Amino acid sequence: MSFVPGQPVTAVVQRIEIQKLCQGENLILGFSIGGGIDQDPGQNPFSEDKSDKGIYVTRITPGGPAEVAGLRIGDKIMQVNGWDMTMVTHDQARKKLTKKREDVVRLLITRKSLEEAVKHSKGSHPRQ
Amino acid sequence: ASVAMDTESTYSGYSHYSGRSRGSHRHGERSRDRHKSRSKDSRSEKSVTINTLPAEPLLGDSSLRGEKVQDDNWGETTTAITGTSEHSLSQEDIVRITKDLEDSVGLDCRHYVTRSIAVILGLLVFFTPLAFLVLPHILWPEKLQSCGTACEGLFISVAFKLLILLLAVWALFFRPARAGLPRVFVFRILLAVLVLLFVISYWLFYSVRILDSQDENYQGIVQYAVSLVDALLFIHYLAVVLLELRQLQPCYSVCVTRATDGETRHYNLGQLSIQRAALAVIEHYYCDFPIHNPALLSASKSRAAKHLAGLKVYNVDGPGNNASAGIAQSQSRAMIAAAARRRDTSHNELYYEEAEHERRVRKRRARLVVAVEEAFTHIKRMQEEEPKKAPGDVMDPREAAQAIFPSMARALQKYLRTTKQQHCHSMESIQQHLAFCITNNLTPKAFLESYLTPGPTLQYGKDHWLGRRWTLISEASVTSGLKDGSIFLLKCVDFSLVVTSRKIPYVQMSEEYIDPKSHKFVLRLQSETSV
Repeated sequence: MSFVPGQPVTAVVQRIEIQKLCQGENLILGFSIGGGIDQDPGQNPFSEDKSDKGIYVTRITPGGPAEVAGLRIGDKIMQVNGWDMTMVTHDQARKKLTKKREDVVRLLITRKSLEEAVKHSKGSHPRQ
Repeated sequence: ASVAMDTESTYSGYSHYSGRSRGSHRHGERSRDRHKSRSKDSRSEKSVTINTLPAEPLLGDSSLRGEKVQDDNWGETTTAITGTSEHSLSQEDIVRITKDLEDSVGLDCRHYVTRSIAVILGLLVFFTPLAFLVLPHILWPEKLQSCGTACEGLFISVAFKLLILLLAVWALFFRPARAGLPRVFVFRILLAVLVLLFVISYWLFYSVRILDSQDENYQGIVQYAVSLVDALLFIHYLAVVLLELRQLQPCYSVCVTRATDGETRHYNLGQLSIQRAALAVIEHYYCDFPIHNPALLSASKSRAAKHLAGLKVYNVDGPGNNASAGIAQSQSRAMIAAAARRRDTSHNELYYEEAEHERRVRKRRARLVVAVEEAFTHIKRMQEEEPKKAPGDVMDPREAAQAIFPSMARALQKYLRTTKQQHCHSMESIQQHLAFCITNNLTPKAFLESYLTPGPTLQYGKDHWLGRRWTLISEASVTSGLKDGSIFLLKCVDFSLVVTSRKIPYVQMSEEYIDPKSHKFVLRLQSETSV
């Protein structure tokens, strides 16, 4: 999940589609995010590499749209509706997730268990 | 002699144990009185029964009880009665007095000789330039050139320089001696020899070149005398540097440990000879180390005695089997092994004893503090504006102290006995201290401070400055300098101080510059937004 500067970031990702829930006049997704390039990466409890400034899911509302769709706490969000989330500020990430015009967000998320599952299934095949 | 503090007991004659040293209670005259008070019946017909015995048993009680039993039996079977003796000496007192006598004579002699040599040298040095100036006028006044202006100016310079030299020598050398050291100061000897050689060489030159040839150039002679005085001032500067300035820069760190109870202090000393370092250590000892209290050591000694008393070795094989050294070694090894295997519960006793003692001390302390605070509320300083009271009411500090002392005496006495300090303070000294505190508006807490914690030896009366006679025991010569790792002992009558020295390491310091504008900070953000 860490990146080498100059090299493309590779990760095993899972596609998650969340339907926004209409609550009054707000459309909510039911989770909280933390992280960003303007934040302090050392305080992120979910990241493996403490210099990782990506956007992480820090809380999930139980029974909310995000939990229903399969999002889990500690997931790193790599893309939202095609927008990259690995090098954005916290506020930019929030804006991309809370666009009023969209009622569906398609996320690409990665988590450690995905990598491990791929590694085990591929056996000793090293991943580029 | 200190007066016994039992305010409730009355007695008329008393007899001391004579010729018997009580071990740790050598200076406890009061404790001797109390020992006497328990076993007085059998001793002498002149002593009167003591009314109330102190409730608190003293340390060493077991030995006392054993002795008491002995004394009763002794009284019944014999009819002889020992007379009362007011003056009795223990063995240690006798030794101390003889040592005092023989040492004081030798030391005074040396001191006297040193003083007289110093005075002679001083007079020689002072009068030499004057002699140089005056002799030509006496011996060949007709041939002498008259003294011009420059020459007379030099007279003034000689006069003032001599005055400065006189004051400087008086300031540096004629101070009261602090101590009598075993060997002479090497530097002082060197300087004295240097001055002597110097003056002698000047006299030699003067007598050969000036007196014999009867030089007429008086200005030259005056300049010669001025050069002598200048050189003497420089030698005095050398003396200041060697004797005073050189040891100011700290060079060695010495660690001083008292052998009896392990009190340790560290001091920084400069480059000194071992005897001067020892003197500095002793002077620090009197200020810093808490007073040596032999009563506190008896507990560990009794424990040690118990360890040894538990085992006894019997030689079953019969005598004369092996060489005696082999037997002794195997015996001691067997004892050590047996002692290690024995299930010893003395640590348990020690723990509970110490906890109990701590609790008792704290309780007594609390009672003492309350009693003293209450006692201090009974008096107040009389203001000038108050209407004049009757002369009977107005008291000076001593009377005021005597008035409030009885209300706190008992609590103080009990506390001192619990902390085994009772022999350090006599009733007279306590009342004096109380009067002092009252005069200077000290609070009860300030008054108690000198009794709650044992202070340095300076704080107690002159008779407690035990052992003004110290012995320096050293493997290296005492006039050699202090070195890294040098060890010496300072022995006094009751205890000894072990001194080890370590060189202060060379410090390599480097600098790092911080630009004041470089102190910048940012907030550590960790926001969490819910979407």
